[in-house]
Amino acid sequence: MEGYLSLWDEYGARIMESFWANLQLTFWAFLISLVLGTLLAIMRISPIPSLRAFGTAYVNIFRNTPLTIIMAFGVLVLFGVFKLQISSDFNLNFFQIAIIGLSIYHAAFFCEAIRSGVNTVPLGQAEAARAIGLSFLPAAQLVILPQAFRGAIVPMGNVLIALIKNTTVALAGSVAEISGLMKTMIEYRADQGFLIFLTVALMFVIIVVPIGLLVTWLSKKLAVAR
Amino acid sequence: MKSDHQAQASSDGPIVELRGVNKHYGALHVLNDINLQVTKGEVVVILGPSGSGKSTLCRAINRLETIDDGTITIDGKVLPEEGKALAMLRADVGMVFQSFNLFAHKTIMENVTLGPIKVKGMKKSEADKVAMKLLERVGVANQAGKLPAQLSGGQQQRVAIARALAMRPKVMLFDEPTSALDPEMINEVLDTMVGLAKEGMTMLVVTHEMGFARKAADRVIFMADGQIVEQATPDEFFTNPKSARAKDFLGKLITNH
Ligand SMILES: Nc1ncnc2c1ncn2[C@@H]1O[C@H](COP(=O)(O)OP(=O)(O)OP(=O)(O)O)[C@@H](O)[C@H]1O
Ligand SMILES: [Mg+2]
Repeated sequence: MEGYLSLWDEYGARIMESFWANLQLTFWAFLISLVLGTLLAIMRISPIPSLRAFGTAYVNIFRNTPLTIIMAFGVLVLFGVFKLQISSDFNLNFFQIAIIGLSIYHAAFFCEAIRSGVNTVPLGQAEAARAIGLSFLPAAQLVILPQAFRGAIVPMGNVLIALIKNTTVALAGSVAEISGLMKTMIEYRADQGFLIFLTVALMFVIIVVPIGLLVTWLSKKLAVAR
Repeated sequence: MKSDHQAQASSDGPIVELRGVNKHYGALHVLNDINLQVTKGEVVVILGPSGSGKSTLCRAINRLETIDDGTITIDGKVLPEEGKALAMLRADVGMVFQSFNLFAHKTIMENVTLGPIKVKGMKKSEADKVAMKLLERVGVANQAGKLPAQLSGGQQQRVAIARALAMRPKVMLFDEPTSALDPEMINEVLDTMVGLAKEGMTMLVVTHEMGFARKAADRVIFMADGQIVEQATPDEFFTNPKSARAKDFLGKLITNH
């Protein structure tokens, strides 16, 4: 126990700081990938074949590429080769590249989650929207998507939970996040190895469990009565 | 009230005109050289056995189904293939579906005001007023704040009629509007439709309700196998059908009832 407490003395501030990085990665990547995923879903249900093809290609490419590779690509190729410099601050730059990598990857999953929501909306809803003179975009915005989102809360929640856990992959993008720190701690404090694992795992559990409960509650509360 | 719906008619020609319309589903010739004119204020009832193409015809008129060839005009304007122009023309054609298709996430009031506000650019306050009048007219004003799922089928279908009317359409299409209703609710919807017909609305109605056809139709069209086989006044059609198909169809109806 004493050893574990001394671990917190030594690393406590950095543990919090690193985990805060994971939460920030989650927040920004969630916002961006949700917007991107919505746009992709609109493309995939649009009447324009080239947009549909683009949406399909995007999803197939990024859903089937390991996140670690996307992250490494961001850092090694975008930063290393093309000198992509979003921020002049070295660490902030890696952080932002990691957000982009996470967003690009999870957008494909949000797109598919939203599309599964679109499938819960009966065809008659779109026909009724068209019949009163709404063209594709307003019909999507006013009639289809609001119902699709309500029908996709559970799958979208699952993508969010995966995203939270996947922020640890930002390690591959040289971001000082919690799993990187975990490796460091285990290296220097091998005596506490098991407890270090447990601590980090617990931190994720504490975040993910309430989100899971919230998702279940929302999906019931917002379900569209038919 | 009559002038209410007719204000926007821009020509004296037919409100709906189909010329040489054909459509196939694979090998199935679902619309076979359809020629049809509906004049202003006319109520046309389409009858025919299941699978004869009645729904397809109805849906082709506001391009929920595409056609292979021929032309369809609404008040003199050829139905555009897509885009904004199509949306504009659709706003002139009210459609009532068998399954109501009210927007499930919107209140009754919002269902009726959505089109006027978003398509016609009407102010919300004005759209609310118009919607309330229409809901009163179809007898569901007291349900304005509810969601569609909280209403009975008959009430939902009357709201659907109000939603279509809110766009001040030049013609109303009905595709079996009472087929999904419990028997005790059929009449409340038919009464609303008879009222509309009396006020001079141009209507094209696919239905199996012969009572409605007798009471409200100016003309009955009988379809079979994708073709218009016979057209006549309701009296003529029901008492003296000419084609063998129509005789057969009416004979089956009588034995079924
Ligand atoms: N999307 C489709 N693909 C293939 N065939 C179709 C499609 N929609 C309709 N059909 C066929 O076209 C024919 C005409 O259908 P339609 O719905 O217009 O008939 P209907 O006269 O309205 O029949 P009902 O009285 O049963 O409603 C039917 O044989 C139907 O099976
Ligand atoms: Mg039909």
